[in-house]
Amino acid sequence: MASEKHGMVEKRGAGLWLTHLLMILGVLVIFFPIWLAFVASTVTQPEIVSPPMPIWPGDQFWENYSAALFSGVNVPVLTMLGNSLVMAIGIAVGKIIISLLSAFAIVYFKFPGRTTFFWLIFLTLMLPVEVRIVPTFEVVAGFGMLNSYSGLIFPLIASATATFLFRQFFMTIPDELAEAARVDGARPMRFFIDIVVPMSRTNIAALFVILFIYGWNQYLWPLLITTDPEMNTIVMGIKQMFPSGDDVAEWPVIMATSILAMVPPVIVVVSMQKLFVRGLVDSEK
Amino acid sequence: MEKRVTFRGWLLPLALIAPQVIISAVFFFYPAGQAIWQSLFIPDPFGLSAQFVGLGNFEYLLSDPFYRASFLTTAIFSILVTLCSMIPALFLAVIADRLIKGSGLYRTLLIWPYAVAPAVAGVLWLFMFNTRVGVISWYLGQLGYDWNHVLNGTEAMGLVVVASAWGRISYNFLFFFAALQAVPRSVIEAAAIDGAHFWRRFFTIVLPLITPTAFFLLVVNIVYAFFETFGVIHTITSGGPQQSTTILVYKVFADGFVGQDLGSSAAQSVILLFVVGLLTVVQFKFIEKRVHY
Repeated sequence: MASEKHGMVEKRGAGLWLTHLLMILGVLVIFFPIWLAFVASTVTQPEIVSPPMPIWPGDQFWENYSAALFSGVNVPVLTMLGNSLVMAIGIAVGKIIISLLSAFAIVYFKFPGRTTFFWLIFLTLMLPVEVRIVPTFEVVAGFGMLNSYSGLIFPLIASATATFLFRQFFMTIPDELAEAARVDGARPMRFFIDIVVPMSRTNIAALFVILFIYGWNQYLWPLLITTDPEMNTIVMGIKQMFPSGDDVAEWPVIMATSILAMVPPVIVVVSMQKLFVRGLVDSEK
Repeated sequence: MEKRVTFRGWLLPLALIAPQVIISAVFFFYPAGQAIWQSLFIPDPFGLSAQFVGLGNFEYLLSDPFYRASFLTTAIFSILVTLCSMIPALFLAVIADRLIKGSGLYRTLLIWPYAVAPAVAGVLWLFMFNTRVGVISWYLGQLGYDWNHVLNGTEAMGLVVVASAWGRISYNFLFFFAALQAVPRSVIEAAAIDGAHFWRRFFTIVLPLITPTAFFLLVVNIVYAFFETFGVIHTITSGGPQQSTTILVYKVFADGFVGQDLGSSAAQSVILLFVVGLLTVVQFKFIEKRVHY
């Protein structure tokens, strides 16, 4: 495709430099908030509260990050990072497992109620947690799941999108494979584990990236159900670090926490970029 | 579409589908049903009993000036977020598409903000515009403009719009870039041979070809602005000042959890259910078109 692109419509010479310049300018503007947060996480509090703050990093990197990680404001950020990790991985893995199973049932079996179940799953698309917060909170409280990992994970785990994605993919698996498995007398679960799951591994990985970020970036749900600071996730915990009233916020520690909150999802997205773009485009289809 | 080859039995498939159906029933359908049920009642202040009021909560809501204002706020907010995230993204994608080398590197750099949670984006933008320490508000002050989003509703709206749109630029960029790369080079070169300059080519050939993607992004961004921006609003303005940034989802939270007005909050949830339903239908219509294209 690259050779095809060396046509007459691409910019050369001065125009090419202008194009690069515009692009770099765009990237700088988009990046500026992250850069500023990073700078703020490496300087002292007095440098920030007497504006304008410096524009280049200072020498307080280790002091601020260790203050955030090991003491934090309400709770060490390390604890919040751990909670976020459990929640994000729990949601991603849980969604993938239940979606793989239900898609397999819908595609490879004819059973009573199949269409009904399919539509029930479809309807969950229309029920984002933001819309049903009060009653869902009551259900979770009724199960005694406030301030627990299961309370953070289960209400967000049913995903119609993942089920549809796997259903679509299973449809493309040649029938001959299922036929052969049946002739060989393989039981359905053998076929599922030996053939279907290994064939789906690219889809599973792509979906994992998307779901990990979805879980990591949750805000409203952890805000409602984790009243105990020990169970706070990092994304919702940052806001809790701001003092109420007129006290001045600990900006270097807060900004260090903000940087720490974005490092894991950024690493996942950038290192698995190809899978991520693919998963994004697929899951929106 | 159906598989020709299926396995026998009904117990196994039911067991396989059970986890998802049970979780959906417990955490999706039961709460949604509860929301509908509660929306028909007004609980007494002690929560001991509830009085059936039929559609009273809805009548009250729709005549409530604050609720109507929240509808308008949500409309303005989502239109602005959609525009502020799609136009820069299209612009960047058009530039990146003209490059033979280096577009991969730019893409890697531009993906970053997508990974940043809306709530964290809120903190980053709050920091830049903070009335006491913010860099941008300080420079604005030097220019003679007194920035104060804590008191000024328009400035507060501007800030939550920009903070919400920022991360979405990455997302929209990825889709626009993929769509632009899929436009056949031969068509563009033919137009170039015929003497059409860049902007003419863009408006007569490229733009019509990427319209399906643009429509798709329009709907997805509106859904995002409606339902996924809670973190931005909560971290930056908490709906204020004077409710000028209280979007519908924020109001469900504020009335249900902070104000403890359960009947009204439930009625608002039901109205939002309709909004989501409508948007989902629209989304599927467009996606069907996209598949044909």
